[in-house]
Amino acid sequence: MAAVSLRDVRKSYTPELQVIHGVNMEIKDGEFIVILGPSGCGKSTLLRMVAGLETITSGEIVIGDRVVNNLEPKDRDIAMVFQNYALYPHMSVYDNMAYGLRIRGLSQNEISERVNKAAAILELKRFLDRKPRALSGGQRQRVAMGRAIVREPQVFLFDEPLSNLDAKLRVQMRGELQSLHRRLGTTSLFVTHDQVEAMTLAQRMIVMNAGNAEQIGAPLEVYAKPATTFVAGFIGSPPMNLMPKDGKLLGVRPEHLEPCAASEAMITIDVDLIEPLGADIIVYGHEVKPGGDPSSARVAARLPADAKAQAGKLPVRYDRANEHWFDPQSGKRIDA
Amino acid sequence: MVENRPWVTFFSHAVLILGVLAVAFPLYVTFIASTLSLEQIMQVPMQLTPGDRFVENYAQVLSAGSTKGSKAAASQMLINSTVMAFVIPLGKMAISIISAFAIVYFRFPGRMFVFWMIFITLMLPVEVRIIPTLQVITDLKLNNTYAGLTIPLIASATATFLFRQFFMTIPDELAEAARVDGASPMRFFIDVLLPLSKTTMAALFVIQFIYGWNQYLWPLLVATDESMYTTVIGIKRMIVGSDSANEWNLIMATAILAMLPPALVVMVMQKWFVKGLVETEK
Repeated sequence: MAAVSLRDVRKSYTPELQVIHGVNMEIKDGEFIVILGPSGCGKSTLLRMVAGLETITSGEIVIGDRVVNNLEPKDRDIAMVFQNYALYPHMSVYDNMAYGLRIRGLSQNEISERVNKAAAILELKRFLDRKPRALSGGQRQRVAMGRAIVREPQVFLFDEPLSNLDAKLRVQMRGELQSLHRRLGTTSLFVTHDQVEAMTLAQRMIVMNAGNAEQIGAPLEVYAKPATTFVAGFIGSPPMNLMPKDGKLLGVRPEHLEPCAASEAMITIDVDLIEPLGADIIVYGHEVKPGGDPSSARVAARLPADAKAQAGKLPVRYDRANEHWFDPQSGKRIDA
Repeated sequence: MVENRPWVTFFSHAVLILGVLAVAFPLYVTFIASTLSLEQIMQVPMQLTPGDRFVENYAQVLSAGSTKGSKAAASQMLINSTVMAFVIPLGKMAISIISAFAIVYFRFPGRMFVFWMIFITLMLPVEVRIIPTLQVITDLKLNNTYAGLTIPLIASATATFLFRQFFMTIPDELAEAARVDGASPMRFFIDVLLPLSKTTMAALFVIQFIYGWNQYLWPLLVATDESMYTTVIGIKRMIVGSDSANEWNLIMATAILAMLPPALVVMVMQKWFVKGLVETEK
């Protein structure tokens, strides 16, 4: 296990086309870090730079106490789990896991011991002789993780490993990943575009947008205090409402809005879309401005399941402690 | 199809049966002719039931060829053809798979140029470059050798292209996973690419075996010595003059012998062949 440092890491394909604009982060030994962002934000590229599959244009990546910029992936002491698993189709599950160990010249005994141990952890013992195509998606996913575990690496790298699974399996594998990390305690970097995965798995997360790290922090801290309007709009479902007010942007999360009497309304929503989800109801609409401004912001509110949601005017209030302010030009958070 | 239209069924079967007859009847006549004596063949109409000269005719061509035309023994010709039909596909595959590996997995200057150079040779089959190639082979004194018969036919854009297309369907992540696992490029090639290419290689082998076996023009020029005749050339050399001067029974026996090995290869390799053309094992 090892700490990982990213020091002003940049990547450009051509002088004009820069895709990572300087990311700085100190990852502690044994930490589970999630890199979260929309597609095309450079999150996978960043991970692949740590893996050694992409060159680093400038800056430094340090694993343990070694600068790994010019090391081959195999010399970085990392293991990677790919989105499509990248299992060797012609090899059995056992051989898939053992392949990297054989190349490293481990003895047959040690290989079989490690593979069997990983197979036991991942409940793959029954499938060791099977080919990947005879496995279900979840089982393949497990084999891919097993291939990473047997290497006993300093760092695990996960590139959207759960996104090819169906929703139910994804929740289950999320839980297994968590317990696996608790058990092995290996430093992990996990790339995803799914904020639920990020919130549930991360000890700390990096929210990326267009090659920039917008915010680095613990999930709840990022949720409670988004550093930019991008983070505010990306995390939370539905995302934070952003309304222009007094030359600034006011942000309030949908779950912090509660229906109230018209007299004490802080915002009035002209509801035009209602989504009952069972546990609660989400209503969407335009903010009603005193002057009847038609270009007003879209606002969503999360109401309790027993609320009477209907189209039309809905007065809501919120606790002033739950309001956020942003600079409309830079998008940066303004702390009072 | 879940359809019950008797006339359509009848008509389509009739067409198919006619097609089979059109292909099979000449083969049948060839076989019958190879079991007759020369006098029986010359009768009009020729009989369509097997004669009693099967053993004699085949023994004759296998050991000594014809009596009037070429005296090359069919056994030697079959060996020559077999060598050619094996060396060409194996040589092609060995060269092509490595070139395709280089083109797909390595970034080197002029990569696309090299690819297009290989691709353009598709426009230059043996027949087009036959005179200069013959000159080269003659200058190298490779006439009437197996090397002369096979080497000019080994270079192949088709196979390189086929392997390139196949490699491009293999996800990049597989190569990356192998890199993370610590496999060197050649190790990846041997441990991952070769096993995955098995079915493609089988399909290519069948096609190229038949290509090698059926070569006509090139061996006609290079193999001038009777001991180097291939079967196909041997048939040509047995035909010496006017219709009646030829020993058609022996020629037909040789023709049957020439047809058997490709048919055998197709039958044995059929399962793999079809897999190689349709299956993607990923």
